[in-house]
Amino acid sequence: MSADSVTATNEPFVFLGCVDLREVIPYEARDVRELLDQVGRVPVESLFCHTAAALLHRPASPTGYPNDFAHWTDVEMRDQRLAERLAAIDPFELRSLEQMREELVATISDHLQHFPAAAPGTGTEPFRFFHAHLIPIPTGHQARNLKEFRDALAEVDVSALFYHLIEGRYRLSRGRGDFAEWVASAIGRPDVADRLASIDAYDGSLERIRDRHLSVLTAALEEERGR
Amino acid sequence: MTSTVSSARLDDYRQVAPRGTVDLLLRLGERLRGRSLVHVSASRYRGLTIEVLNRLVPILNDLGIYASWEVTIGTGDFEGITRTVGRALRGTEQVVTDAMLERLREASRENAGRLRLDADLVMIHDAAPLLLVESRAGNARWVWRCHHDLSAPQPQLWNILRPVTQRYDAVVFSDARFAPTLSIPRFVISPSVDPLSERNRDMTRAEQAQHLDRLRIPRDKPFLLQVGPFQRSHDPLGVINAYRLVKKHHDVRLVLAGLAPTSGDDVLAEVQEAASHDPDLRVVVLPPDPQTEVNALERSATIVIHKPVETGFGINVAAAMWKGKPVVGSLVGGIPNQVIFGVTGYTVETVEGAAFRIRHLLGNPELIGRMGAAGREHIRRNFLITRHLGDYLALLALLTK
Repeated sequence: MSADSVTATNEPFVFLGCVDLREVIPYEARDVRELLDQVGRVPVESLFCHTAAALLHRPASPTGYPNDFAHWTDVEMRDQRLAERLAAIDPFELRSLEQMREELVATISDHLQHFPAAAPGTGTEPFRFFHAHLIPIPTGHQARNLKEFRDALAEVDVSALFYHLIEGRYRLSRGRGDFAEWVASAIGRPDVADRLASIDAYDGSLERIRDRHLSVLTAALEEERGR
Repeated sequence: MTSTVSSARLDDYRQVAPRGTVDLLLRLGERLRGRSLVHVSASRYRGLTIEVLNRLVPILNDLGIYASWEVTIGTGDFEGITRTVGRALRGTEQVVTDAMLERLREASRENAGRLRLDADLVMIHDAAPLLLVESRAGNARWVWRCHHDLSAPQPQLWNILRPVTQRYDAVVFSDARFAPTLSIPRFVISPSVDPLSERNRDMTRAEQAQHLDRLRIPRDKPFLLQVGPFQRSHDPLGVINAYRLVKKHHDVRLVLAGLAPTSGDDVLAEVQEAASHDPDLRVVVLPPDPQTEVNALERSATIVIHKPVETGFGINVAAAMWKGKPVVGSLVGGIPNQVIFGVTGYTVETVEGAAFRIRHLLGNPELIGRMGAAGREHIRRNFLITRHLGDYLALLALLTK
């Protein structure tokens, strides 16, 4: 079964993980104005790499910003105000990558109208744009019921969380993410699906997101046992 | 010549890699079964890069990928020229003559005729074998794996070597900051540490104590550690000055450990002179291939310092963090990629900054444990050999479809 068919009823959920290779593309920004220019012209895939896909690589950061643009603006440009506004752009509330681009451009433009870009200090690192080449891989885990699903989710490589929640939902336009879609359609538990879909996938680490999913699934299994 | 490599199995890494990772790599290996990859380097002995390659090649073969490792040979002058070219590419002004480049070309042609390069993917490591690409033939894809910082190469030399580099299908850098502008794809693959190697394997406290006793390091008080060459580029004298600022407030020892100097630009005598007035300042000249000793030192230290003035990626930092130690490191090269400020340690720019951060850690001992644990987890997720293997498999999948 392919990843595209996870929402089909009566079919097992096949967990796919992924590896990715990052490519440096020839776009850089040395200050906020250049960031505005480059965000307007880089391939849209690169915006995915620096926003939703940033979860795949981001280490625990004291700034806690959920995308690379906000992190760079704060750490390198020392512009906390803009960083906070960029951090508030949630890719999951937007319908497409182009809409994401529009939102980023509008936010930076508006900020520059009120606060002109300061010259970067010495030693400031430019923002370097990447493109991520993603290769999906079956993890070898699959599930036919909620318990198998919970147990497999606890064991799979963390990239499976990324693939089914971030890649599936955001770039492959699979509604609320593969997990919620399958639990609703194949298992017939729309209530559990709603709870899974409400987990904020744009906050924290993939491991934390895994823990939240496991909590919801464990609670659902206990409810089933209590009936 | 084809190198012999150490035996290792991917399954051995289940106990240390993030959960699910080994299964994922096995599946990816199944998909790539039958493809071939040859690594080419100028040495099979020097550095952590080589140590990791020594493990990766047999693991790739275990996965069903035909992996081999070829080593170039050349006369003494060839090796001298490659070192000069390497330094120039890293930005240190060197004299590189046309005759030297012609000698490199000649040696590369000889090696190309001798080495077995018939693979789907040919991966050339570093500057010494760079010109082999001029002899490329067949349908193989060629990648240059540049392990050093190429962001500011000596311009005259780079004008000559850039067109050669662009005969590759892609270049792999350890850090995006190290990548110059090129017309071919530039990928980023960070170096890694092997948690099962002699340098990084688990070690009991009793064994650590044995090694410390042999190195004549008393175990009566906490110690700060820097492991690195006794050269100005690693600033051991700056580390001593930082330690002296710390020493005013905390009863600690400083251990500076490194190999015996081989070049004339060392500062070992100055370091030993400073140590002669302070019984808590220990200078340890390590034996050749000191993997076990460094392992014991890093595991026994309270805080590890890495304060080079300049460096490449500096993967030694990750090796210390894997042992659960907070690292106070310079804000140079790849160190900021490894040390997350305030989470796994601190990056600093000055002697005073290093002293201040060390004092802060010693004054808040709970931070030492917390940052050490965070550092080990950061390395587990981002800098272990299993992640490196995944990156190389991804490269193979991407370039040899």
